[in-house]
Amino acid sequence: MKKLIATLLIALAPTFVVLNVALASSEAHLEKVEINLNNKASLQRGARTFVNYCLNCHAASYMRYSRMAKDIGLTDEQVVENMIFPADFSKDKNGKPKKAGQLMTVAMSAEDGKAYFGTPVPDLSVVARSRGADWIYTYLKSFYIDESRPFGVNNTTFPSVGMPHVLWELQGLNKAVKTKHTDEHGHESETVEFETVVPGKLSPAEYDSAVTDLVNYLVYMGEPAKLKRYTMGVYVLGFLFLLFVVSYAMKKEFWKDVH
Amino acid sequence: MTTKTQAFMNWVDARFPMTKMWEDHMAKYYAPKNFNFWYFFGSLALLVLVLQIVTGIFLTMNYKPDATLAFASVEYIMRDVNFGWLIRYMHSTGASAFFVIVYLHMFRGLMYGSFKQPRELIWLFGMLIYLALMAEAFMGYLLPWGQMSYWGAQVIVNLFSAVPWVGESLSVWIRGDYVVSDATLNRFFAFHVIAVPFILAGLVVAHIIALHEVGSNNPDGVEIKKNKGADGIPVDGIPFHPYYSVKDIVGVVVFLMFFSAVLFFAPELGGWFLEKDNFIPANPLKTPEHIVPLWYFTPFYAILRAIPPIWESQFPGVIAMGMAIVFLFFLPWLDRHPVKSMRYREAIFKVNLFIFIVSFITLGWLGTQPATGVLSELAFRFSELYFAFFIFLWIFSAERSSKYYLTSWIALLGTLVVLDILRGGSGEKLALMMNTWFIPAICFSILLLVPAKFKSWTQAKPVPERVTS
Repeated sequence: MKKLIATLLIALAPTFVVLNVALASSEAHLEKVEINLNNKASLQRGARTFVNYCLNCHAASYMRYSRMAKDIGLTDEQVVENMIFPADFSKDKNGKPKKAGQLMTVAMSAEDGKAYFGTPVPDLSVVARSRGADWIYTYLKSFYIDESRPFGVNNTTFPSVGMPHVLWELQGLNKAVKTKHTDEHGHESETVEFETVVPGKLSPAEYDSAVTDLVNYLVYMGEPAKLKRYTMGVYVLGFLFLLFVVSYAMKKEFWKDVH
Repeated sequence: MTTKTQAFMNWVDARFPMTKMWEDHMAKYYAPKNFNFWYFFGSLALLVLVLQIVTGIFLTMNYKPDATLAFASVEYIMRDVNFGWLIRYMHSTGASAFFVIVYLHMFRGLMYGSFKQPRELIWLFGMLIYLALMAEAFMGYLLPWGQMSYWGAQVIVNLFSAVPWVGESLSVWIRGDYVVSDATLNRFFAFHVIAVPFILAGLVVAHIIALHEVGSNNPDGVEIKKNKGADGIPVDGIPFHPYYSVKDIVGVVVFLMFFSAVLFFAPELGGWFLEKDNFIPANPLKTPEHIVPLWYFTPFYAILRAIPPIWESQFPGVIAMGMAIVFLFFLPWLDRHPVKSMRYREAIFKVNLFIFIVSFITLGWLGTQPATGVLSELAFRFSELYFAFFIFLWIFSAERSSKYYLTSWIALLGTLVVLDILRGGSGEKLALMMNTWFIPAICFSILLLVPAKFKSWTQAKPVPERVTS
């Protein structure tokens, strides 16, 4: 058998060499963000930032305010009074009373978005699932001044993005300082560092924490069931383990007479 | 049994063969007593089929097969329907689990020669199930109407347009439109929820009836029916119920543990079970960076992309992909070796099987990667190995002379070279071709030169009269 395995490994050796070469490429660098869905205070702060800054152009039209309220520890009244803004009403709902059960829609249509920003504004309900938390976190921290862009800012994570730097009054405005490096193998790489030009209301550390809260909220909103499924999973696995013990004992008992 | 229930059963049996069916398929169906780990996957496949049908019914209650509503309706299932997320994840995890189980089930058949005489029809029904399952999975994947759903369907339906002359009309006929659209979604929904499941269920019944007609194979590949006791019952057989029913329950519980671990803690499984691009609604105007089918199709997808076009037609790739599946149908007639189980097959058979499995898995991985440079070239090399498996299976079916092995070796290496010349290439491409050429060449050399030199590698071991333990 050993002989067999050795032969097989020799046969496939060229593959490994070739693969090593193939996989030597690198991916865009993303900053890691710590997600903690059990931190209700963080989710609430994130929700506040979300409804104040994002939920004017971006909708989250698969999500209901009441579901959010229930999951992050707010009451329906708190949400109706503080988080549903008049601007949020879509045209046909104009004049109707606010309801906690309504969806997080916005008045801006896809056509309007295209006219204002050059592209329809994406819905953010499940954006954390398509982009990933790290990407959103890095993206929201990588705006820099670029006079050539319509809104005066560009983004290193999403070059030529149509979105303005909505959080600029929190973060302030940065300029990007690009430096080129050449390593000993002659590979060229570029690092970008940000330098504050206009300071924002928050210190860099405070801004990081605000963005972390926002991303935390977006991750929650991408899959509200996540709060429940981990707990339920533990119970289900526990039950299955007990069932395994019983079913295995039963099998043993029945199979005693098979020789 | 009390007299009253006995009387009731008599009444039923006079009108419907209830007791007879129970005995034929459960209580008096004698299965070999030496089933091992690999024999859990048949009953597990049945379990997952039922699971998919039941969760599918509940999903249908809330899903909307409409291009403008489909994506949102899935999200409402995830949020607003009580335990909708659980049902949806059971269905999405179940789809992948189904393929995991079916692949292991098929691999079992390869290892122990379960497709061989007299079980050819079981294998053929099984292959038809596999085919129906692929159609079912492909059409079901369109329904969430995400980016990957949409573009995956676009790519696969476009394969039909590679058919010479009638291709364009054929793909329009399948889509019901010039691009994948609402019409496509509706017809795929119809096929996914009624037509294909109906066919699947019928094929599963045929698969089991054929199995119970000839009886199960086992890890030793010994026919237990050849050795019957005075009572006419195979000496090495035990009634399916209760022995295998209680054993399969243990298998079910262990499977459910793995299943639940994925379902509750990693339903996306890092993008392997649910792709992240599928959380973006379908957009016919925006093609994703690279379009990747779900993992269970990627070996065939890699083969499809590895074959270069001829006269600007992708048809050869489509044919190769089709052949990759068609060849499997012919296994019972390709592998004619009298010994069934690999336990007693010659050593070189095991090497061949091992290379096949490695090729299949590597192709699966390559199918998820962009088809560029080295990776595309590797896909071609492993496609060659994939198809060569069937040729070797046929070669190893009988006693061959050293001259036969040497001639085959020259012929097969020659084929590799001819294929490369036909493909052509220069510069970097040529260098890649030359570097990777050694992968199939070394494998072919081991598979043919070792048997030519060492006869012991081609000698099957004696098969025992009765099953071992």
